This record gives sequence, C-alpha cells and structure tokens, in this order.
Amino acid sequence: MSEHDETRETDAHSGTETTGHEWDGIKELDTPLPRWWLYIFYASCVWAVIYWVLMPAWPALPGLAGETDHTRGLRNHSERANVAEALDALAEQRAVGFAALEGASIGEIENDPELLGFVLAAGETVFRDRCGTCHGVGGQGFVGYPNLNDDVWLWGGSYDDIRHTLQVGIRSEHPDTRFSQMPAFGRDELLSRAEIGEVTDYVLSLSGTSADAGAISRGQAIYDSQCASCHMADGRGDRAQGAPSLTDQDWLYGGSREQIMASIHRGPYGVMPAWEDRLEETTLDALAAYVFLRGGGEDATAGPTGQ
Amino acid sequence: MSNATPKNMAAPGISRSKAEAVNAADTRELYKKREPIYPKLAHGKFRFVKWVIMALALGVYYLIPFLRWDRGPGAPDQAVLVDFAHGRFYFFFLEIWPQEIYYVTGLLIMAALGLFLASALFGRVWCGYACPQTVWTDLFIMVERMFEGDRNARMKLDRAPWSLNKAWRKVGKHAIWLIIAFATGGAWILYFHDAWDTLANFFAGTAAPSSYVFAGVLTFTTYTLAGTMREQVCTYMCPWPRIQAAMTDRDALNVTYRIDRGEPRGAHKKTESWDNRGDCIDCKQCIAVCPMGIDIRDGAQLECIQCGLCIDACDDIMGKVGRPTGLITYETDDNVDRFVRGEKPRYPFIRPRTMVYAVSLAIVSALMLGALVTRTHLELNSQRDRNPNYVRLSDGAVRNGYTVNVINKANAPRVMELAVEGDPAIGVRILGAADMTPDRIEIGPDRSQDYVVYLTLPGAAIDGPSEDIAFVVTDRETGETARSSSVLITGAE
Repeated sequence: MSEHDETRETDAHSGTETTGHEWDGIKELDTPLPRWWLYIFYASCVWAVIYWVLMPAWPALPGLAGETDHTRGLRNHSERANVAEALDALAEQRAVGFAALEGASIGEIENDPELLGFVLAAGETVFRDRCGTCHGVGGQGFVGYPNLNDDVWLWGGSYDDIRHTLQVGIRSEHPDTRFSQMPAFGRDELLSRAEIGEVTDYVLSLSGTSADAGAISRGQAIYDSQCASCHMADGRGDRAQGAPSLTDQDWLYGGSREQIMASIHRGPYGVMPAWEDRLEETTLDALAAYVFLRGGGEDATAGPTGQ
Repeated sequence: MSNATPKNMAAPGISRSKAEAVNAADTRELYKKREPIYPKLAHGKFRFVKWVIMALALGVYYLIPFLRWDRGPGAPDQAVLVDFAHGRFYFFFLEIWPQEIYYVTGLLIMAALGLFLASALFGRVWCGYACPQTVWTDLFIMVERMFEGDRNARMKLDRAPWSLNKAWRKVGKHAIWLIIAFATGGAWILYFHDAWDTLANFFAGTAAPSSYVFAGVLTFTTYTLAGTMREQVCTYMCPWPRIQAAMTDRDALNVTYRIDRGEPRGAHKKTESWDNRGDCIDCKQCIAVCPMGIDIRDGAQLECIQCGLCIDACDDIMGKVGRPTGLITYETDDNVDRFVRGEKPRYPFIRPRTMVYAVSLAIVSALMLGALVTRTHLELNSQRDRNPNYVRLSDGAVRNGYTVNVINKANAPRVMELAVEGDPAIGVRILGAADMTPDRIEIGPDRSQDYVVYLTLPGAAIDGPSEDIAFVVTDRETGETARSSSVLITGAE
C-alpha cells in the first residue's frame, strides 16, 4: 500500500479498519470507542449543561448577577450562606442549654441530668480549647500548673470561687485580678542559702518529713517571721492570698528538698489569664461547672465534697 | 397451537415446538443482543408449588409491615420494624439494639448453612422457587401472559407490525409491571418507618427524602430486573450459580434429563414401536417452558435455576404418548450413571457433607437460641478515665473517674442499685441528680444512660499499683443484675 492511499484498509489480523495513514511503517487501527463509554460521555455533557444552569458557574461577572460577582444559578446555591445558616442553627441549638444554665446554681446544674450533660459536654470543649494548653486536656496539671482534679485549691474550690478565678485570672492584667506575690528570698538576698535550707527543713516537717531538730527549730523562727503572714502559723495557707497549704502531700512546684529550696529562692509567680472579655458569661458558667465537677469541687460552706 | 401442521405432530394432540435453547452457553454470543425468551405456561405439580410459594412470598413481603405488635406506650407497635432513627430493630417479641447486631449475623450464618444443606440435598431449590428474582420474574411473566397470551401468541405479537392491538397490550403490560414494581419499592420503605404513617406521608409528599429515593430505586430495579433482564440476572449478575458448583455434588438431587431412558431421541408416530429408541420424542416442550431459555437435555448447566417446569412439561407429554413419566426428573448424577449401567439407584442423603452442614446448622441454631433465651434487659459497661489516669488527693488518697453506662432495654423506667466490688474502703460518688446515689439510680424506659462515677481509695488502703474492681447494677424489683469489671489505678509502685 502506498503512503498516500486514501482508501480505508482493513487490518487482516484484527479485522478492524485502519485510519488510512502510515507513519514509518506503523499503521493505527481505527478502533471505535466502546458504546458504553460514549453514552457516559454524552450523559456527562448533558449533565454539565444542567449543572451550569442550576449551580453557580461564572465567576468575576460584577453586576451581572445582582450583588454577587458570579452567576448564582437557578438554585441560588451558596456554600457560604449554607455554612452561616448551619452556624446559626448550631447557635440556636446551643442557646437552649445556655439559657437553662443562666443563673443556675451548681446544685441545680448537678440535679438536672439534662443540664448536667450539657455542661459536661460544653465545658469539656471549652476546657480543651482554652485551658488544656497549661492544665492538660484532662486537667491533670504540670509542675507550676495546678491539677484541677484534686481537692487542693489555691484560691478556693467552690463553684463561685472557681468562676471568679476564671473571670479575673491570677496575676493577670485584669484590674480585679487575684494577686499576691511571694518574695524571691534567695534571688533578692532576703535570706541566706543556709537560712533557706533551714526553713525548708521546717516546711518539710509540717507534712511529716523529719530532719535535724536544730535546723527545724532555727527554720521555724525564720518561718514565723517571713512566711507565716501568708502561709499561716500552722502552715495551712490562706486562700485569700492564694498561699498554698504546706501541710499536705501536694506540691505545685515539686516536693523534694531541692525543689522547695528553689521555690523559696525565686518566689513562684504563676500567671493565669482573665477570661472575662474572651468568653461569654454562660460559657464561663459552663467552664466553671465543668472544672468544679471534675471531682474536686468544694461546697461553698462545708469542706471538700470530692473526698 | 392452531396453526400446527401435521408434520409438527409427534402424536395426536401433542404439539412439537420449534423452540430453541437461546440462552444455552453454545448459542449465546457475548456481544450479541439478547434473544428474547417466551416461556410457555406449564401445568403440573411443580408449577403448582411455584404458584403457592409465589403467593406466600409476595404475601409475606407486602403484608408484614402492616402487622401490629403491642409493646406498650411509647414504643412502636409495628411487628417488624427497622428503626434506623432510634437504632432499634423490632421483630415481634424481639427488640434488638445496635450492639446486638450479632443476632443478625447469626441469622445470616444460619441462612447460609441452610442454603448449603438444601443445595447438597436438592440442588438449587432456592434459585428455582424462593429467590426474589425468580418470584418477581414469574409474576411479571404471568402479567405478560395476561396481556399478550402464551408463548406463540407473544412471539407472533412481537413479530407483528405496530397496531392498536399490539400497542394497548404492550402499554398495559408495562403499566401493570410498573405498578407492581412501585408496590415492591413502596413496600420496602414500610419496613423502616411506621407503615401507615409512611403511606400517608408518602402520598402527601411529606415522607423523608430517603423514602422517595429508595422507593424509586427499588421500583426501577424491580421493573428492569424482573421485566427486561430476567434470566440475564441469574446468568451474568448473580454469584450464586458459581458458588453452586462448590455446593452440589454427584449425590444431590437436581433437575435431570434421564439420558439412559431418553436416547436415542427422535420423532415418534403413534403406530411405531418404542423398541431400540429412547422415550424422548424431541417435542422440545421442555425448552418451550424454560424461563431460562436452555435445553435441560444438554445436562447440568450454570444457567439452569432448577425450577422443575420442564419436568411438568415432559410428564404431560409422556402421559400423552403413553410412556412412564419422569424422563425429566429430580435425580442424582450418580444414579443416572447407575441407570446407564443397569444398576439400582441409591439415595445417600446422609453423607459427610450433609452431616457437616446439618450439625453446623444445629450448633449455630442452638447458640442463637441460647443467646436469645438468656438475653437480659439490663446491660452495664464501664470505662475508666485515662486522662488523668488517677488523681492523688491532698490526704494521700487516690481517686479514679469512670463513665458507667447503664442500658435499660425494658420498656419501663427502673430503679437500680449500683455497687462496687473490691476493697470495702473504696468511697463511691455518683455525679448527677441528687437522688443518684449508689442505692438509687433511676433510668428511663428503653434508654442508655451514662453516669460519671468517682471512686476514692484512702491512702492507707493502697497496696500495689492497681486494684481489681467491678461495678454491679441490680434491679431492685426483679433482682436482675449486670456486671462490668475494671481496675482502680493507684499510681503506687
């Protein structure tokens, strides 16, 4: 067959027509597309037109489609509007729970299974977002960041105390923030290294760790003049000043002799932000209730309820 | 057959058909358009059995959603209901929760074993009699016959040019098909919501969108699968004919052409002798009645659904020519070989294969029955908080938090006691409504409820890194209990 022959030839081996062209001795079979493929292709073309008519299609056409800069399609579909609508619906759905929460006491919250479920769910979400970074998502705390599950509270563990702490923060920029400052006895050279050692021995003895009797009695003298005004003469601390009890097993900055000495040396200055301007009032309610119900919440009047 | 010529007469009153086995593997071509099959109406015991099973199967399918079953106030009163919205499956006295899906699994295993056993004994009885594809196709062919007549009339009508007569018959047939198909799809959705409500909502246009989608999809599939695709579903789409090859054996009863009796086949005049020839007069009635479009005389084949209609057709003919019936019959491959050798048949229904299936079926049934009988209406699950793992309190005690989930499957509210097994020193506190004390947990009817429980172990009682504990709830009235074991992590070395 010559190179420029226009007639169709049929390939003897496959029985299929060739395209009639030859390139360097290679001929191409003119295999038709499968019917099913063609039908799907045609259906896709039809679908494209339908979709174009129904849905937003042409961008950057200012003025052509009202206020938007693209065609809106017959369905006037807008993913952005859908999201806004979904968010509104969500807010509306949550509003029911938050409305019930407004003005409810912790007792009322605990006694209403529905409200309790809502508070635990809403509070957990906010806690993980806002508080987990420092206190851990389970509220277990780290050195310098209190464990919120236990029964030890620096500034009070009642629902109202917790809520107030959340509102104003600790040593934050809030004008009414909870504030106190422990002197950096070592760094500011208020006490010598030996004196810090002796007062540490005394502090350890408050929670039952024995040391040299002489050191303890010398330490007690220093304690009475330097520490007792905040931590109280018996070492039980003072929540009004955020001064922790030194008599229990819980040590925010570590309970070894070295760690306690280090704390006295530098004077811990833990900071927690105020959440008043960042969270809704009812969100604060839910968050406070959630923290309270982690197990360590205290009755406003009686002692710890969390055992 | 009014236009039959004497040439076509095998014996007085017996028509010979020019039927061709259009769906036999030899005549079928992969890219050829489907040759229509015009099954002739058969008469006989297998046709009768098929009518009865069809009526039963369709009756069950269409009417069950309307059966009522009183479960008391607040619970649906539909006897069989798959309630996806609330995660319940109701089956008469049974109410299955999502986590009890193993009942359905067990039912499916039983169905599979039952099918295996039936196949080992009687071949493809499922395909021939009970499969929805068979039942609905049979129904659609019945409608076709009502509008267009039997085999020959239908073939003639299809060959004829379009006329008013042809048009109304075709339109009528497809209309009835669509109505049946719609009723099939429509009945399906009744299993998922209250049947009467769904009916009212469906036609008022207020039913769930999914109802319309499923009704539409099943209308379409019923219409196409039973109306236009028919035997192609069994031949090309269904995996069962392939599985069947592994299920049947030489001792299974299958619809079989008795080659020992039939051959050599050929036309027979009434006056001729039956010596030195087979009983098959080659009238091809077995092909004419076959809904699958095959020739059973070609032997066992994948396309055969073993409906037995060729047995009816052949028995009819054998009666007329005065030969014994059963030229086509339920017989085993092994016995056909025995007949050829002149031996007596044997029917070893009890053999290792059938025994394994039967015993497996019995075991699974017994397990299912046992699970069903011992099923409780109370369930308890507990999950210990992992973050934090444990909380050390200022006095040296250790507290663990748990989420305890109590499921009340009864349709009445219940009051229960929650006890903790383990060290008696453990203090229990349940977070929740004021009267949720260990002595008194209230849970509503048909509910699953989570409780936050704090367990505190005093420091003096701690020995070892963890203690085994268990939660136990007890129904105060019935004494029914449920238990869930867990541990209390102390954090000690």
